[in-house]
Amino acid sequence: MNLDSTEKSDEQIEILLSDALEKYGYDFTGYSRASLKRRIMRLYVLDQFVSFAEFRYKLRTEPGYFKRFLEQITINVTEMFRDPEFYKTLRKEVLPKLGTYPFIRIWVAGCSTGEEAYSISILLKELNFLKKSLIYATDINSSVLEKAAQAMIPLSKMKQYSENYIASGGSENFSDYYAANYSLARLNDDVKAKIVFSTHNLVSENSFNEFQLILCRNVIIYFDRQLQTNVFELFDNSLEKFGYLALGSKETLDFSTISKKYKRLDSAKIWQKIR
Amino acid sequence: MKHCDAFIIGGSAGSLDVLLKVLPSLDLLLSFPIIIVLHRKPGTDNVLTGLLSSKTKLPVKEVEEKEKINRSTIYIAPSDYHLLIENNKTFSLDASEKVNFSRPSIDVIFQSAAEVYGEDLVCLLLSGSNNDGIEGLKKVKENGGMAIIQNPLSAAVSYMPAQAALHVNIDEVLEIEDIADYINQLSK
Repeated sequence: MNLDSTEKSDEQIEILLSDALEKYGYDFTGYSRASLKRRIMRLYVLDQFVSFAEFRYKLRTEPGYFKRFLEQITINVTEMFRDPEFYKTLRKEVLPKLGTYPFIRIWVAGCSTGEEAYSISILLKELNFLKKSLIYATDINSSVLEKAAQAMIPLSKMKQYSENYIASGGSENFSDYYAANYSLARLNDDVKAKIVFSTHNLVSENSFNEFQLILCRNVIIYFDRQLQTNVFELFDNSLEKFGYLALGSKETLDFSTISKKYKRLDSAKIWQKIR
Repeated sequence: MKHCDAFIIGGSAGSLDVLLKVLPSLDLLLSFPIIIVLHRKPGTDNVLTGLLSSKTKLPVKEVEEKEKINRSTIYIAPSDYHLLIENNKTFSLDASEKVNFSRPSIDVIFQSAAEVYGEDLVCLLLSGSNNDGIEGLKKVKENGGMAIIQNPLSAAVSYMPAQAALHVNIDEVLEIEDIADYINQLSK
Protein backbone atom coordinates (compact mmCIF):
# COMPACT_ATOMS: atom_id res chain seq x y z
CA MET A 1 0.00 0.00 0.00
CA ASN A 2 1.15 3.49 -0.47
CA LEU A 3 2.54 4.29 2.93
CA ASP A 4 3.78 7.73 1.87
CA SER A 5 0.51 9.41 1.22
CA THR A 6 -2.49 9.46 3.52
CA GLU A 7 -4.94 10.29 0.72
CA LYS A 8 -3.68 7.42 -1.41
CA SER A 9 -3.85 4.89 1.41
CA ASP A 10 -7.34 6.10 2.38
CA GLU A 11 -8.46 5.37 -1.19
CA GLN A 12 -6.88 1.94 -1.11
CA ILE A 13 -8.71 1.09 2.11
CA GLU A 14 -12.01 1.96 0.41
CA ILE A 15 -11.15 -0.34 -2.50
CA LEU A 16 -10.47 -3.24 -0.11
CA LEU A 17 -13.74 -2.61 1.73
CA SER A 18 -15.77 -2.67 -1.48
CA ASP A 19 -13.97 -5.89 -2.49
CA ALA A 20 -14.87 -7.47 0.86
CA LEU A 21 -18.51 -6.57 0.31
CA GLU A 22 -18.68 -7.56 -3.33
CA LYS A 23 -16.69 -10.81 -3.16
CA TYR A 24 -17.53 -12.09 0.31
CA GLY A 25 -20.64 -10.20 1.45
CA TYR A 26 -18.99 -8.63 4.51
CA ASP A 27 -19.88 -4.98 4.85
CA PHE A 28 -17.29 -2.92 6.72
CA THR A 29 -18.23 0.37 5.10
CA GLY A 30 -20.04 1.51 8.26
CA TYR A 31 -16.98 0.98 10.44
CA SER A 32 -15.04 3.95 11.81
CA ARG A 33 -12.06 4.36 9.56
CA ALA A 34 -9.16 5.27 11.88
CA SER A 35 -9.17 2.00 13.78
CA LEU A 36 -10.01 -0.12 10.74
CA LYS A 37 -7.23 1.46 8.71
CA ARG A 38 -4.75 0.83 11.50
CA ARG A 39 -5.72 -2.86 11.58
CA ILE A 40 -5.46 -3.25 7.80
CA MET A 41 -2.08 -1.47 7.64
CA ARG A 42 -0.86 -3.66 10.48
CA LEU A 43 -1.87 -6.81 8.57
CA TYR A 44 -0.21 -5.50 5.39
CA VAL A 45 3.08 -5.08 7.24
CA LEU A 46 2.71 -8.32 9.24
CA ASP A 47 2.17 -10.42 6.10
CA GLN A 48 4.99 -8.64 4.27
CA PHE A 49 3.20 -7.54 1.14
CA VAL A 50 5.28 -5.53 -1.29
CA SER A 51 2.44 -3.74 -3.03
CA PHE A 52 -1.19 -2.86 -2.62
CA ALA A 53 -1.96 -4.73 -5.85
CA GLU A 54 -0.53 -7.95 -4.42
CA PHE A 55 -2.49 -7.52 -1.17
CA ARG A 56 -5.72 -6.84 -3.03
CA TYR A 57 -5.23 -9.76 -5.43
CA LYS A 58 -4.67 -12.25 -2.63
CA LEU A 59 -7.69 -10.96 -0.76
CA ARG A 60 -9.92 -11.19 -3.83
CA THR A 61 -8.79 -14.59 -5.03
CA GLU A 62 -8.11 -16.58 -1.85
CA PRO A 63 -11.11 -17.10 0.46
CA GLY A 64 -8.73 -18.66 3.00
CA TYR A 65 -6.83 -15.40 3.14
CA PHE A 66 -10.01 -13.43 3.53
CA LYS A 67 -10.71 -15.51 6.63
CA ARG A 68 -7.38 -14.37 8.04
CA PHE A 69 -8.20 -10.78 7.07
CA LEU A 70 -11.49 -11.04 8.95
CA GLU A 71 -9.77 -12.47 12.03
CA GLN A 72 -7.09 -9.81 12.00
CA ILE A 73 -9.12 -6.67 11.40
CA THR A 74 -11.86 -7.45 13.90
CA ILE A 75 -10.85 -6.88 17.49
CA ASN A 76 -10.95 -9.82 19.83
CA VAL A 77 -9.59 -8.48 23.07
CA THR A 78 -11.73 -9.60 25.98
CA GLU A 79 -11.47 -10.57 29.64
CA MET A 80 -13.52 -12.40 32.21
CA PHE A 81 -15.23 -9.89 34.53
CA ARG A 82 -13.71 -6.93 32.67
CA ASP A 83 -14.80 -3.72 34.47
CA PRO A 84 -15.62 -5.42 37.79
CA GLU A 85 -18.01 -2.60 38.78
CA PHE A 86 -20.14 -3.43 35.78
CA TYR A 87 -20.47 -7.06 36.87
CA LYS A 88 -21.24 -5.94 40.40
CA THR A 89 -24.26 -4.05 39.03
CA LEU A 90 -25.35 -7.09 37.02
CA ARG A 91 -25.08 -9.28 40.09
CA LYS A 92 -26.77 -6.90 42.53
CA GLU A 93 -29.36 -5.07 40.42
CA VAL A 94 -30.06 -6.56 37.02
CA LEU A 95 -29.93 -10.34 37.30
CA PRO A 96 -32.05 -10.52 40.50
CA LYS A 97 -34.83 -8.74 38.56
CA LEU A 98 -34.50 -11.21 35.69
CA GLY A 99 -34.67 -14.02 38.23
CA THR A 100 -38.39 -13.38 38.61
CA TYR A 101 -38.97 -14.60 35.02
CA PRO A 102 -39.69 -18.30 34.41
CA PHE A 103 -37.04 -18.37 31.71
CA ILE A 104 -34.11 -16.01 31.09
CA ARG A 105 -32.73 -15.35 27.61
CA ILE A 106 -29.49 -13.37 27.28
CA TRP A 107 -27.65 -12.28 24.15
CA VAL A 108 -23.94 -11.50 24.23
CA ALA A 109 -23.42 -9.72 20.89
CA GLY A 110 -19.80 -9.61 19.72
CA CYS A 111 -18.73 -12.26 22.22
CA SER A 112 -15.27 -12.86 20.74
CA THR A 113 -13.61 -15.80 22.54
CA GLY A 114 -16.44 -16.10 25.05
CA GLU A 115 -15.00 -14.71 28.29
CA GLU A 116 -17.96 -12.41 28.85
CA ALA A 117 -20.50 -15.19 28.27
CA TYR A 118 -18.64 -17.38 30.75
CA SER A 119 -18.63 -14.58 33.31
CA ILE A 120 -22.41 -14.18 32.98
CA SER A 121 -22.83 -17.92 33.28
CA ILE A 122 -20.89 -17.91 36.56
CA LEU A 123 -23.03 -15.07 37.92
CA LEU A 124 -26.23 -16.91 36.98
CA LYS A 125 -24.94 -20.08 38.59
CA GLU A 126 -24.14 -18.29 41.84
CA LEU A 127 -27.61 -16.71 41.87
CA ASN A 128 -29.19 -20.12 41.18
CA PHE A 129 -30.72 -18.96 37.88
CA LEU A 130 -28.48 -20.85 35.49
CA LYS A 131 -30.83 -23.82 35.07
CA LYS A 132 -33.58 -21.62 33.67
CA SER A 133 -31.28 -19.47 31.55
CA LEU A 134 -29.94 -19.60 28.03
CA ILE A 135 -27.08 -17.42 26.81
CA TYR A 136 -26.76 -16.78 23.07
CA ALA A 137 -23.21 -15.68 22.34
CA THR A 138 -22.60 -14.43 18.81
CA ASP A 139 -19.76 -12.99 16.79
CA ILE A 140 -19.08 -12.09 13.15
CA ASN A 141 -15.89 -14.16 13.23
CA SER A 142 -16.29 -17.95 13.20
CA SER A 143 -12.68 -18.64 14.24
CA VAL A 144 -13.09 -16.94 17.62
CA LEU A 145 -16.30 -18.90 18.19
CA GLU A 146 -14.47 -22.19 17.66
CA LYS A 147 -12.06 -21.06 20.32
CA ALA A 148 -14.86 -19.91 22.59
CA ALA A 149 -16.59 -23.30 22.40
CA GLN A 150 -13.43 -25.01 23.65
CA ALA A 151 -13.47 -22.92 26.84
CA MET A 152 -9.72 -23.21 27.26
CA ILE A 153 -8.06 -20.11 28.65
CA PRO A 154 -4.32 -19.57 29.16
CA LEU A 155 -3.63 -20.22 32.81
CA SER A 156 -1.51 -17.07 32.91
CA LYS A 157 -4.66 -14.98 32.48
CA MET A 158 -6.58 -16.61 35.29
CA LYS A 159 -4.85 -14.61 38.01
CA GLN A 160 -6.15 -11.36 36.52
CA TYR A 161 -9.61 -12.86 35.98
CA SER A 162 -9.66 -14.09 39.55
CA GLU A 163 -8.85 -10.57 40.79
CA ASN A 164 -11.58 -9.15 38.54
CA TYR A 165 -14.02 -11.74 39.90
CA ILE A 166 -13.32 -10.80 43.50
CA ALA A 167 -13.51 -7.07 42.71
CA SER A 168 -16.90 -7.68 41.09
CA GLY A 169 -18.28 -9.06 44.35
CA GLY A 170 -17.62 -12.75 43.77
CA SER A 171 -17.17 -14.68 47.00
CA GLU A 172 -16.72 -18.25 45.81
CA ASN A 173 -13.38 -19.84 45.14
CA PHE A 174 -12.76 -18.81 41.52
CA SER A 175 -10.41 -21.72 40.89
CA ASP A 176 -13.31 -24.13 41.47
CA TYR A 177 -14.67 -23.07 38.07
CA TYR A 178 -11.83 -24.57 36.07
CA ALA A 179 -9.28 -27.34 35.97
CA ALA A 180 -5.66 -26.56 35.21
CA ASN A 181 -4.36 -28.56 32.29
CA TYR A 182 -0.67 -27.81 31.64
CA SER A 183 -0.65 -24.14 30.61
CA LEU A 184 -4.40 -23.97 30.05
CA ALA A 185 -7.40 -23.56 32.29
CA ARG A 186 -10.32 -25.66 31.14
CA LEU A 187 -13.62 -24.20 32.30
CA ASN A 188 -16.02 -26.67 33.90
CA ASP A 189 -18.79 -28.11 31.75
CA ASP A 190 -21.54 -26.54 33.83
CA VAL A 191 -20.09 -23.07 33.13
CA LYS A 192 -20.53 -23.60 29.40
CA ALA A 193 -23.62 -25.85 29.41
CA LYS A 194 -26.10 -23.00 28.94
CA ILE A 195 -24.22 -21.06 26.29
CA VAL A 196 -24.98 -21.38 22.58
CA PHE A 197 -22.25 -19.97 20.33
CA SER A 198 -23.23 -18.92 16.83
CA THR A 199 -22.12 -16.55 14.07
CA HIS A 200 -24.15 -13.40 13.63
CA ASN A 201 -23.28 -10.22 11.76
CA LEU A 202 -24.73 -7.15 13.47
CA VAL A 203 -24.31 -5.18 10.25
CA SER A 204 -26.37 -7.37 7.94
CA GLU A 205 -28.50 -9.79 9.95
CA ASN A 206 -31.83 -9.40 11.69
CA SER A 207 -33.14 -10.08 15.13
CA PHE A 208 -33.37 -13.81 15.90
CA ASN A 209 -35.11 -13.89 19.28
CA GLU A 210 -36.43 -11.80 22.17
CA PHE A 211 -34.20 -11.30 25.15
CA GLN A 212 -34.36 -9.86 28.64
CA LEU A 213 -30.72 -8.82 28.59
CA ILE A 214 -28.45 -7.90 25.70
CA LEU A 215 -24.76 -7.23 26.27
CA CYS A 216 -22.78 -5.55 23.53
CA ARG A 217 -19.68 -4.06 25.05
CA ASN A 218 -16.83 -2.42 23.16
CA VAL A 219 -18.31 -3.35 19.80
CA ILE A 220 -20.19 -0.25 18.63
CA ILE A 221 -17.17 2.00 19.25
CA TYR A 222 -15.94 0.61 15.92
CA PHE A 223 -19.12 1.64 14.08
CA ASP A 224 -20.00 5.03 12.64
CA ARG A 225 -23.10 6.85 13.92
CA GLN A 226 -25.38 5.56 11.19
CA LEU A 227 -24.40 1.96 11.79
CA GLN A 228 -24.70 2.48 15.54
CA THR A 229 -28.27 3.67 14.97
CA ASN A 230 -29.09 0.58 12.91
CA VAL A 231 -27.61 -1.74 15.51
CA PHE A 232 -29.48 -0.03 18.35
CA GLU A 233 -32.72 -0.54 16.41
CA LEU A 234 -31.83 -4.21 16.01
CA PHE A 235 -31.29 -4.46 19.76
CA ASP A 236 -34.55 -2.62 20.45
CA ASN A 237 -36.38 -5.13 18.25
CA SER A 238 -34.71 -7.97 20.14
CA LEU A 239 -35.41 -6.75 23.67
CA GLU A 240 -38.54 -7.38 25.73
CA LYS A 241 -40.16 -4.48 27.53
CA PHE A 242 -38.33 -3.95 30.85
CA GLY A 243 -35.34 -5.79 29.43
CA TYR A 244 -31.81 -4.41 29.75
CA LEU A 245 -29.16 -3.32 27.27
CA ALA A 246 -25.54 -3.19 28.49
CA LEU A 247 -22.85 -1.25 26.63
CA GLY A 248 -19.10 -0.70 27.15
CA SER A 249 -17.83 1.84 29.63
CA LYS A 250 -17.25 4.50 26.94
CA GLU A 251 -20.37 3.81 24.87
CA THR A 252 -23.75 5.50 25.12
CA LEU A 253 -27.32 5.23 23.90
CA ASP A 254 -27.76 9.00 24.26
CA PHE A 255 -27.49 9.95 20.59
CA SER A 256 -29.66 7.17 19.27
CA THR A 257 -33.24 7.24 18.00
CA ILE A 258 -34.34 4.67 20.60
CA SER A 259 -32.94 6.50 23.63
CA LYS A 260 -36.31 7.96 24.70
CA LYS A 261 -37.63 4.45 25.29
CA TYR A 262 -34.84 3.70 27.72
CA LYS A 263 -33.77 4.71 31.20
CA ARG A 264 -30.17 4.39 32.31
CA LEU A 265 -29.20 2.81 35.63
CA ASP A 266 -27.12 5.12 37.82
CA SER A 267 -24.32 2.71 38.50
CA ALA A 268 -23.35 1.39 35.06
CA LYS A 269 -23.70 1.73 31.29
CA ILE A 270 -26.89 -0.33 31.43
CA TRP A 271 -30.22 0.89 30.04
CA GLN A 272 -33.66 -0.51 30.83
CA LYS A 273 -36.36 -0.50 28.17
CA ILE A 274 -39.28 1.27 29.81
CA ARG A 275 -41.68 1.70 26.91
CA MET B 1 5.91 30.48 13.57
CA LYS B 2 4.64 26.97 13.07
CA HIS B 3 0.94 26.61 12.33
CA CYS B 4 -0.61 24.21 14.84
CA ASP B 5 -4.00 22.49 14.54
CA ALA B 6 -3.45 20.02 17.37
CA PHE B 7 -1.00 19.76 20.24
CA ILE B 8 -0.62 16.24 21.61
CA ILE B 9 1.21 15.29 24.78
CA GLY B 10 2.29 11.73 25.56
CA GLY B 11 3.63 10.80 28.97
CA SER B 12 4.39 7.89 31.24
CA ALA B 13 6.12 7.55 34.61
CA GLY B 14 7.01 10.96 36.02
CA SER B 15 4.92 12.99 33.60
CA LEU B 16 1.91 13.86 35.76
CA ASP B 17 3.99 16.33 37.79
CA VAL B 18 5.03 18.04 34.57
CA LEU B 19 1.41 18.53 33.53
CA LEU B 20 0.49 19.88 36.96
CA LYS B 21 3.20 22.52 36.53
CA VAL B 22 2.38 23.36 32.91
CA LEU B 23 -1.40 23.64 33.00
CA PRO B 24 -1.72 26.72 35.30
CA SER B 25 0.34 28.85 32.86
CA LEU B 26 -1.58 28.03 29.70
CA ASP B 27 -3.51 30.81 27.95
CA LEU B 28 -7.26 30.45 28.17
CA LEU B 29 -7.73 30.94 24.45
CA LEU B 30 -5.79 28.49 22.35
CA SER B 31 -6.28 28.14 18.61
CA PHE B 32 -5.98 24.35 18.89
CA PRO B 33 -6.91 21.47 21.23
CA ILE B 34 -4.47 19.87 23.66
CA ILE B 35 -4.79 16.10 23.68
CA ILE B 36 -3.14 14.20 26.54
CA VAL B 37 -2.34 10.49 26.55
CA LEU B 38 -0.96 9.26 29.87
CA HIS B 39 -0.07 5.71 30.87
CA ARG B 40 -1.91 4.75 34.02
CA LYS B 41 -3.93 2.12 35.79
CA PRO B 42 -7.51 1.46 34.58
CA GLY B 43 -10.26 2.89 36.77
CA THR B 44 -8.44 6.09 37.74
CA ASP B 45 -9.97 8.34 35.09
CA ASN B 46 -12.12 10.62 37.23
CA VAL B 47 -9.26 11.25 39.62
CA LEU B 48 -6.93 12.32 36.82
CA THR B 49 -9.47 14.53 35.05
CA GLY B 50 -10.39 16.18 38.35
CA LEU B 51 -6.78 16.74 39.28
CA LEU B 52 -5.87 18.32 35.94
CA SER B 53 -8.96 20.51 35.77
CA SER B 54 -8.14 21.92 39.20
CA LYS B 55 -4.99 23.40 37.62
CA THR B 56 -6.52 25.34 34.73
CA LYS B 57 -9.60 27.26 33.68
CA LEU B 58 -9.49 25.59 30.27
CA PRO B 59 -12.14 22.88 30.00
CA VAL B 60 -10.59 19.48 30.77
CA LYS B 61 -12.55 16.47 29.65
CA GLU B 62 -12.13 12.78 29.22
CA VAL B 63 -12.73 11.86 25.58
CA GLU B 64 -16.08 10.40 24.57
CA GLU B 65 -16.16 8.21 21.49
CA LYS B 66 -17.07 10.12 18.27
CA GLU B 67 -16.63 13.42 20.11
CA LYS B 68 -15.86 16.44 17.94
CA ILE B 69 -12.48 17.98 18.68
CA ASN B 70 -12.66 21.64 19.71
CA ARG B 71 -9.96 24.26 20.19
CA SER B 72 -9.15 25.66 23.65
CA THR B 73 -10.02 22.34 25.21
CA ILE B 74 -7.86 19.77 27.01
CA TYR B 75 -8.79 16.20 26.19
CA ILE B 76 -7.68 13.22 28.26
CA ALA B 77 -7.51 9.74 26.70
CA PRO B 78 -9.56 7.35 28.86
CA SER B 79 -7.65 4.48 30.44
CA ASP B 80 -7.83 1.05 28.82
CA TYR B 81 -8.64 2.40 25.33
CA HIS B 82 -6.45 3.49 22.47
CA LEU B 83 -7.30 6.95 21.18
CA LEU B 84 -7.43 7.68 17.45
CA ILE B 85 -8.50 10.60 15.28
CA GLU B 86 -10.78 10.39 12.26
CA ASN B 87 -10.35 12.46 9.08
CA ASN B 88 -13.34 14.57 10.08
CA LYS B 89 -11.53 15.63 13.32
CA THR B 90 -13.52 13.50 15.70
CA PHE B 91 -12.16 11.03 18.24
CA SER B 92 -12.38 7.24 17.99
CA LEU B 93 -11.71 4.77 20.77
CA ASP B 94 -10.30 1.31 20.27
CA ALA B 95 -10.05 -1.51 22.81
CA SER B 96 -7.59 -3.63 20.82
CA GLU B 97 -4.35 -5.22 22.06
CA LYS B 98 -1.91 -3.18 24.10
CA VAL B 99 0.91 -1.54 22.16
CA ASN B 100 4.27 -1.26 23.97
CA PHE B 101 2.52 -2.86 26.96
CA SER B 102 0.26 0.20 27.02
CA ARG B 103 -3.38 1.07 26.39
CA PRO B 104 -3.76 3.92 25.66
CA SER B 105 -0.58 3.86 23.60
CA ILE B 106 1.24 7.08 22.70
CA ASP B 107 2.39 5.57 19.39
CA VAL B 108 -1.22 4.95 18.38
CA ILE B 109 -2.38 8.53 18.96
CA PHE B 110 0.75 10.10 17.41
CA GLN B 111 0.50 7.91 14.30
CA SER B 112 -3.21 8.46 13.90
CA ALA B 113 -2.93 12.24 14.39
CA ALA B 114 0.01 12.40 11.97
CA GLU B 115 -2.22 11.00 9.22
CA VAL B 116 -4.98 13.50 9.87
CA TYR B 117 -3.11 16.71 10.76
CA GLY B 118 0.06 16.23 8.71
CA GLU B 119 2.32 19.27 9.02
CA ASP B 120 -0.08 21.10 11.32
CA LEU B 121 0.63 18.77 14.22
CA VAL B 122 2.93 19.26 17.21
CA CYS B 123 3.65 16.32 19.51
CA LEU B 124 5.43 16.45 22.87
CA LEU B 125 6.86 13.38 24.60
CA LEU B 126 7.42 13.61 28.35
CA SER B 127 9.12 11.59 31.06
CA GLY B 128 8.71 7.81 31.03
CA SER B 129 10.31 4.43 31.31
CA ASN B 130 9.31 2.61 28.13
CA ASN B 131 9.57 2.90 24.36
CA ASP B 132 6.06 4.15 23.66
CA GLY B 133 5.88 7.24 21.47
CA ILE B 134 9.11 6.74 19.52
CA GLU B 135 7.53 5.16 16.42
CA GLY B 136 4.74 7.70 16.65
CA LEU B 137 7.15 10.65 16.64
CA LYS B 138 8.86 9.17 13.56
CA LYS B 139 5.52 9.13 11.76
CA VAL B 140 4.79 12.70 12.86
CA LYS B 141 8.09 13.81 11.33
CA GLU B 142 7.50 11.84 8.11
CA ASN B 143 4.20 13.65 7.67
CA GLY B 144 5.75 17.07 8.24
CA GLY B 145 4.70 17.67 11.85
CA MET B 146 6.89 18.71 14.78
CA ALA B 147 8.40 16.40 17.41
CA ILE B 148 9.33 17.87 20.79
CA ILE B 149 10.59 16.21 23.96
CA GLN B 150 11.01 17.12 27.58
CA ASN B 151 14.72 17.45 28.35
CA PRO B 152 15.75 13.91 29.39
CA LEU B 153 18.35 15.36 31.78
CA SER B 154 15.69 17.02 33.89
CA ALA B 155 12.93 14.44 33.36
CA ALA B 156 11.95 12.37 36.40
CA VAL B 157 12.44 9.26 34.24
CA SER B 158 14.70 10.06 31.32
CA TYR B 159 14.45 6.83 29.31
CA MET B 160 11.49 7.67 27.04
CA PRO B 161 12.52 11.15 25.90
CA ALA B 162 16.15 10.01 25.69
CA GLN B 163 15.18 7.16 23.36
CA ALA B 164 13.21 9.62 21.25
CA ALA B 165 16.25 11.87 21.01
CA LEU B 166 18.34 8.90 19.86
CA HIS B 167 15.96 7.68 17.18
CA VAL B 168 14.02 10.70 15.96
CA ASN B 169 15.08 14.01 14.49
CA ILE B 170 13.73 16.12 17.35
CA ASP B 171 12.74 19.76 16.70
CA GLU B 172 12.89 21.11 20.25
CA VAL B 173 14.04 19.99 23.67
CA LEU B 174 12.12 21.80 26.41
CA GLU B 175 12.54 22.36 30.13
CA ILE B 176 9.41 21.98 32.24
CA GLU B 177 9.18 25.72 32.89
CA ASP B 178 9.34 26.51 29.17
CA ILE B 179 6.58 24.16 28.00
CA ALA B 180 3.58 26.42 28.75
CA ASP B 181 5.17 29.42 26.99
CA TYR B 182 5.99 27.24 24.03
CA ILE B 183 2.38 26.09 23.73
CA ASN B 184 1.02 29.63 24.16
CA GLN B 185 3.25 30.96 21.39
CA LEU B 186 1.96 28.34 18.96
CA SER B 187 -1.52 29.76 19.37
CA LYS B 188 -2.77 32.56 17.19
